Amino acid sequence: MEMLEGPILTIITAATPLLLAALGELVTERSGVLNLGVEGMMAVGAVCGFVAADLSGQPFLGVAAAVLAGMAAAALFALLTLVLVANQVASGLALTLSGLGLSALIGDAFVGVPGLGVPHLHIPGVSVIPFLGPILFGQDILTYLAWALAIGVWYVLFRTRTGLVIRAVGDNHVSAHALGYPVIRVRLLAVLFGGAAAGLAGGYLSLVYTPQWTPNMTAGRGWIALALVVFAAWIPLRVVLGALLFGAISYLALYLQGIGIGLPSQFLSSMPYLTTILVLVVISRNRVLLRVNTPACLGQAFVPDR
Amino acid sequence: MAALQITKDFATLRANDHIDFAIRPGEIHALLGENGAGKSTLVKILYGALQPTSGELRWKGKAVTIPNPAAARRLGIGMVFQHFSLFDALTVAENIALALDSAHRLAALRERITRVSAEYGLPLHADSIVADLSVGERQRVEIVRCLLQEPQLIIMDEPTSVLTPQEADDLFVTLKRLAAEGCSVLYISHRLEEVRTLCHHATVLRHGKVVAECDPQKETAARLASLMVGAELRELSAPQPVSASAPVRLSLKNLSMPKPHPFAVALDRVSIDVRGGEIVSIAGVAGNGQDELFDALSGEARADRADAIAIDGVPCGRRGVNARRRMNAAFVPEERLGHGAVPRFRLSQNVILTRHATGDGLVRSGTVNTAASRAIANRVSTTFDVRKGSPDPEASALSGGNLQKFVVGRELDRKPGVLVVCQPTWGVDAGAATTIRQALIDLAEAGSAVLVISQDLDEILEISDRVAVISQGRLSVPHDAHGITREGIGLLMGGARAH
Amino acid sequence: MALLSPLLAIGLTVVAGFIIFALIGVAPLEALYVYFIEPLTQSWSLQDLVVKATPIILIAVGLSVCYQSNSWNIGAEGQLAVGAIFGSALPIYFPAWHGPTILPLMLILGAVGGMAYGAIPALLKTRFGANEILTSLMLVYVAQLVLDWFARGPWRDPAGHNFPDSRAFDDGQLLPVILGDSIKLNVVFMLIAVVAVWFLIRKTITGFQIATLGQAPRAGAFAGFSQARMTLFTFLISGGLAGLAGICEVAGPIEKLRISVSPGYGFTAIIVAFLGRLNPIGILFAGFLLALSYLGGEGAQVALGVSEQITRVFQGMLLFFVLACDTLIFYRIRLVRRPAHQASLRTAEAPHGNA
Repeated sequence: MEMLEGPILTIITAATPLLLAALGELVTERSGVLNLGVEGMMAVGAVCGFVAADLSGQPFLGVAAAVLAGMAAAALFALLTLVLVANQVASGLALTLSGLGLSALIGDAFVGVPGLGVPHLHIPGVSVIPFLGPILFGQDILTYLAWALAIGVWYVLFRTRTGLVIRAVGDNHVSAHALGYPVIRVRLLAVLFGGAAAGLAGGYLSLVYTPQWTPNMTAGRGWIALALVVFAAWIPLRVVLGALLFGAISYLALYLQGIGIGLPSQFLSSMPYLTTILVLVVISRNRVLLRVNTPACLGQAFVPDR
Repeated sequence: MAALQITKDFATLRANDHIDFAIRPGEIHALLGENGAGKSTLVKILYGALQPTSGELRWKGKAVTIPNPAAARRLGIGMVFQHFSLFDALTVAENIALALDSAHRLAALRERITRVSAEYGLPLHADSIVADLSVGERQRVEIVRCLLQEPQLIIMDEPTSVLTPQEADDLFVTLKRLAAEGCSVLYISHRLEEVRTLCHHATVLRHGKVVAECDPQKETAARLASLMVGAELRELSAPQPVSASAPVRLSLKNLSMPKPHPFAVALDRVSIDVRGGEIVSIAGVAGNGQDELFDALSGEARADRADAIAIDGVPCGRRGVNARRRMNAAFVPEERLGHGAVPRFRLSQNVILTRHATGDGLVRSGTVNTAASRAIANRVSTTFDVRKGSPDPEASALSGGNLQKFVVGRELDRKPGVLVVCQPTWGVDAGAATTIRQALIDLAEAGSAVLVISQDLDEILEISDRVAVISQGRLSVPHDAHGITREGIGLLMGGARAH
Repeated sequence: MALLSPLLAIGLTVVAGFIIFALIGVAPLEALYVYFIEPLTQSWSLQDLVVKATPIILIAVGLSVCYQSNSWNIGAEGQLAVGAIFGSALPIYFPAWHGPTILPLMLILGAVGGMAYGAIPALLKTRFGANEILTSLMLVYVAQLVLDWFARGPWRDPAGHNFPDSRAFDDGQLLPVILGDSIKLNVVFMLIAVVAVWFLIRKTITGFQIATLGQAPRAGAFAGFSQARMTLFTFLISGGLAGLAGICEVAGPIEKLRISVSPGYGFTAIIVAFLGRLNPIGILFAGFLLALSYLGGEGAQVALGVSEQITRVFQGMLLFFVLACDTLIFYRIRLVRRPAHQASLRTAEAPHGNA
């Protein structure tokens, strides 16, 4: 039983950034917007979070900076796609390329600087219960936030009027507009939320996961988060499952490397990416599930007539 | 509600031109006009979805501005849209909740929906997903959504275009009841017989202006039609009787197709023969398999057996679109922009779309012969009176009627032996509609087999030799069109569905 | 009119660059000069411009074919790496083979490798419906790891002092220089590709198919065109050109196989494709402009101490501005044009509330 404690902790922490980014993108896509710039938003979140924490000495300022950076990047994307009605795919790519470049530029001066880390929660008494203690009660705060966010997103989307409006806008923006709902504003808020979550995910990487900044530290997680949203068929609780699955794959790669199984390290490093492809193929074959759950207006430009 | 001197200008078009009209309480008022007359624009202004360029609106004697649909709803104006503003992925209750402005507890709302819908003869299940509903049921959701807000004026935009005749009769009962309760109804339509049976008063629009006001029950349909169009409509030439010995040119034998996707309709053993010289129509309300049937006929979807479809006796069920075109068949789909033509392509390029593999010399060793395509486009435009602003404009620059004339003409120019056409005159002005219908009759006269899939019963009765009805993917036995009545067809349409 | 948007975008990028340099604390005008003008003043750097522009343009014309048909190949960087690997196999396993046949075979193998790798996301899309953006991108990471393994592992030069490189290729296994000191044969391939793609799109029925399927897939089906075959075709072309670019880098400027054979040409090519408005001639100009941004970045690092990453920032910003200017220009035209066809669009709209 104790043997499992380490792996489970590793899986949960590996899953957290994916979970955060994917939940944000899920809300964005539910409103009908496809934001491929998650990788870029995570990168700027990571670098801004690290820099803010390092310069101020306060990890929570770092977290706040990460969130704001992600939102700022998302705001640019929203300007392009919602106001200027540019192609969403190309705009997302632009966001990713710019975000990666900008983060590398800013972070250049901070490579190798040791990070601060974010405190773990330690509830006295309860956290020392063997096995369950550290897993349930000893995580860092951001991980709890991620779990809470998963439940929160589910609740808001499916049990509140706000969520109903978001889903309606993603299903049929023409009807929503005809009924008088502010389609652009709803989408803007959804995109900003996605940016905040992606920024937070990036901040998690540079402040908690490996408290450090290295260029390209996001290593494709933003793209994996996008695939996770498809895999989850836009259902929040399935995103949790998917994130844990990828956490498990990351753990497996580390484990195999550790026991010296003889497979080249590059192969082990490629496991998350190959798994993503496999996961996409598996879910895409289920045409019925996808057809029923895909927001019907996903990726379509909205131009109201006046 | 009164509209005084309402004018609406778009950048190059004056859609409404100093319109005056008024609706009294408890009145069913028709707004008549053909496609493009400005009815939709006026109604959008009344509902707050558009703002007038000039003019005034008065509600119960007081001047008002209606800046958005929510304001209209607060005044007591409800609207049932022609292209439903529903959310397919959500339930009936959620759809209705979205249209109501105040927050409602979903449980209480569900109960109200069930009660009110039953009361007005439009029963609904609050938890059904809209995507699963038939078109008639979806309209009920639109109407109940309106009724729950206790409106004083209901605007209905072409409501019966998606209903069987029986469903339309049920709707009229509901509307008459509403009127008797003091609610006014603004009824937009171009269907004259309906307007004459239902409405107390009519305003006729043409080219954005009011051209007449009358009591439709005192006028003949012909007079109303000429008011709408402003001229005597050309009579169609009477179709010649078809000889029973004419060869069968298009034959469907037990054509069955699976659903292409979850919300589509499966075709079930569809069988029919069309002889040379005859026009056979397939009537049916939208959503009963017409799209799927067209795709199977054109070859965009392949059948499971080669002999399920035969052209001039040759089985072709497994062959693709261009192979069937080479067998001298031609196809005109329902959607002109996006399916029948590429919106941003010029007319000459749209000619290449369907005729690159039909021996017209448009492709030589892989390269495209633009001169030849332009020549064909010009010939089609001249023959079918396609009005365009420049010699070779983009398809999206043409009006609906002119584009449809082009799309139909492009196929008729090949003198096909078999023509399959879906909704030939949908959304098309009366003049273009007559041109197209006459062209179909002429084609049949020359010995070709014409299969028309249409929702417009008037059109079907006007041009067909035989009529069959498609319902839930099944085709009825064809009947002689000359003897049948609208009620008769309506019964066939409603037959397979539990009411 | 069509030129206005890219030119405006370039102008805005320069302005934004001015601001960024000022923010970093570098004299902005001097920095802009070093970045954009200086590389054009010397013969060796002009040649370097051509050397860098060639692979970018080669890949970008292939991508333009893909994007026009609405297939989104984001994996060119991976197809480039696989092409490099395939093509390098010959000189690495047959180091003594110097005859006239090895180079052409290397190039063909490189192209084939890129095609095969590009076929993967295409087939995953047509057989399973998997989103090609995500799959092609994932394969980039995989390809780079595979290249890393080859260069550090089985193909590492045993006499190379533990550098993760293969042995240097010999003369017969390298592209010959055709102009100046460093412009090699791959320039010719690039020019041929530009002309060939221009001809394909403008004059052939295949080009018509690409445009139709990209703009109106249902009309494409109605015309008898196969979306699946077109997806595969466009991925094969763009993968093949990217693979060719990859082996040309290895057999060209780099002269051996390394753990990384491209500073992101596959992604830069995406920007070039958009900046050039998916038109081969436009791509030609845009490719040189973005090659200039690489040289400028190197120069800025040497002369001003600015991080080389500034290049990626410029490139990303340029794409942003291109997209913004594109819609600014076209949106206004659309607003004016809309009413005339608005009526027809509305009446020709989706029918009768059906799903």
